[in-house]
Amino acid sequence: MVEQNENCFRLNHLENSWDIETYVANGGYEVWKKVLAGELEPSEIIEEVKTSNLRGRGGAGFPTGLKWSFMNRYAPGQKYIVCNSDEGEPGTFKDRDILRYNPHALVEGMAIAAYVIGASAGYNYIRGEFWEPYQRFNNAIKQAREAGFLGENLLGSGFDFDLFTHLGAGAYICGEETALIESIEGKKGQPRFKPPFPASYGLYGKPTTINNTETLASIPMILAKGGDWFNDLGVHNAGGTKCYSMSGHVNNPGNFEVRMGTPFKDLLELSGGIWKGRQLKAVIPGGASTAILPAAKALEMNMDYDSIAKAGSFLGAGSVIIMDDQTDIVKVMQNLSHFYWDESCGQCTPCREGTGWLYRVLTRIVEGKGKLEDIQALKDVSGKIMGNVICGLGDAATIGLTSALEHFEDEFVHYIEHGCSIYDRS
Amino acid sequence: MSSTTTSPKNFIQGDIKARIDKWIAIYPEEQKKSAVMSALRIVQECHNGYLTNDLMDQVATYLEITPMEVYEVATFYGNYEHAPVGEIKLCICNSISCMLRGNQGIYDYLEQKLGIKPGETTADGRFTIKKVECLGACGGAPMMQVGKDYHENLTNQSIDLLLAEWEK
Repeated sequence: MVEQNENCFRLNHLENSWDIETYVANGGYEVWKKVLAGELEPSEIIEEVKTSNLRGRGGAGFPTGLKWSFMNRYAPGQKYIVCNSDEGEPGTFKDRDILRYNPHALVEGMAIAAYVIGASAGYNYIRGEFWEPYQRFNNAIKQAREAGFLGENLLGSGFDFDLFTHLGAGAYICGEETALIESIEGKKGQPRFKPPFPASYGLYGKPTTINNTETLASIPMILAKGGDWFNDLGVHNAGGTKCYSMSGHVNNPGNFEVRMGTPFKDLLELSGGIWKGRQLKAVIPGGASTAILPAAKALEMNMDYDSIAKAGSFLGAGSVIIMDDQTDIVKVMQNLSHFYWDESCGQCTPCREGTGWLYRVLTRIVEGKGKLEDIQALKDVSGKIMGNVICGLGDAATIGLTSALEHFEDEFVHYIEHGCSIYDRS
Repeated sequence: MSSTTTSPKNFIQGDIKARIDKWIAIYPEEQKKSAVMSALRIVQECHNGYLTNDLMDQVATYLEITPMEVYEVATFYGNYEHAPVGEIKLCICNSISCMLRGNQGIYDYLEQKLGIKPGETTADGRFTIKKVECLGACGGAPMMQVGKDYHENLTNQSIDLLLAEWEK
């Protein structure tokens, strides 16, 4: 039996799980009260988070405790905690459910993080299309304020912290942390060149810590039950549970919170297996920005950083896109390339121009007008984008395609030679 | 900016002003510019779903920033419209999981029912169909956003029900 819903989704089965009464009745805000009572030092919290082996759930997998330790809590001046709820990576929809069903865990997680880094204000950047999640989260802020968990001199501690929501307006790139900062500042979401990193020059030029929704929502339970508890749920190099988004050709798509290291096979089974009685052909395990894997490799892997890396891809945001044995991989790549072309912010030439080239070449292949040289052209353009851009979007645009050419090149060749997919009979 | 439609003068007052002021209040005093995205969203919502040069200029004046700073934002983010759109804008997710679960059938069915393709508006100005990138609800694919609501697991039948609802 696969254990489920031990952390971020632990309240999802309850009625009005998003309500403060439900959250408090299930141990919510107990950690925050302890922190405000001075029973947990910032340094102890960081150590506990380091012990938990929690790694950033937005996709990069950076150790959270380490990230927090980059901030000097005692440095004078304003500091900020920022949450990234700009969920937009194709295949990812876990943060939406955390905001809808367990928003108080995020409020508490952000408050604790703010205390650790010495921030008196925080912003949660929620994508503009997420109206229902935004309403739930804002209501949670309101309830927390009324209960005295947010505001000034919290529970007599002398610590002030207030939390606000910033709404996006439709730009995937704002999920990149420095683009997100630019966006809160009221600008185009174009990533900044790093360094300086946000910990030294972040929002409004002030030291800032940015974490993903799931990362921050994981904090209260880690501190309630201990870093060892969380670490032991997972496997080496990947502590805890992870919310996996299962989409595509499965019978029962949705979010599943399971332990790190759960076999992919088990996760597939949880989501009802492949639809229409078909077989698995390929998997994108971590969202559109991660490499596509053929079924044989995917079926052998476990859902943790090291095992997925060994299989040739990346855990990313845990956004598992399942493809059945009738899937046209060339069209999948054309669709992904359109996404990156559309979402490129236009700042770096290799990405702005290159993503367009990838989309146009793939489109002409799909339309039966491809030439054999096009395969080399796709590889060349990808190579010229990779590593030559400020942020990860350009690289991401090439990763899926490069892996598809590695595992499914014959399908591209078939399109070019026959003018149609391997599944067409014309 | 191509739109030349004349807009009401002093658009930012009353309820619209109050709503924008609430957003200004959540940022540091000297950072009014941070409210530009929400200000544009509110103005667009109150102006039949699209922006004009004049409205963007009014936002600039109100937030004490340059018109160019507002244009940059208004043309960068995908949710802002710069030409009239239908009263009901169907934003259909075009990304991978929705494609795998048959969003083409949704486009085809809507074309059959409304007589328009993505990017077009019905002659009566009632509906616009727009192809958008991933809306972060891949578990409910195929799906679309209409106004503030998500409609997931779309089928011909569920579209019929929605269209009947909107007929009322």
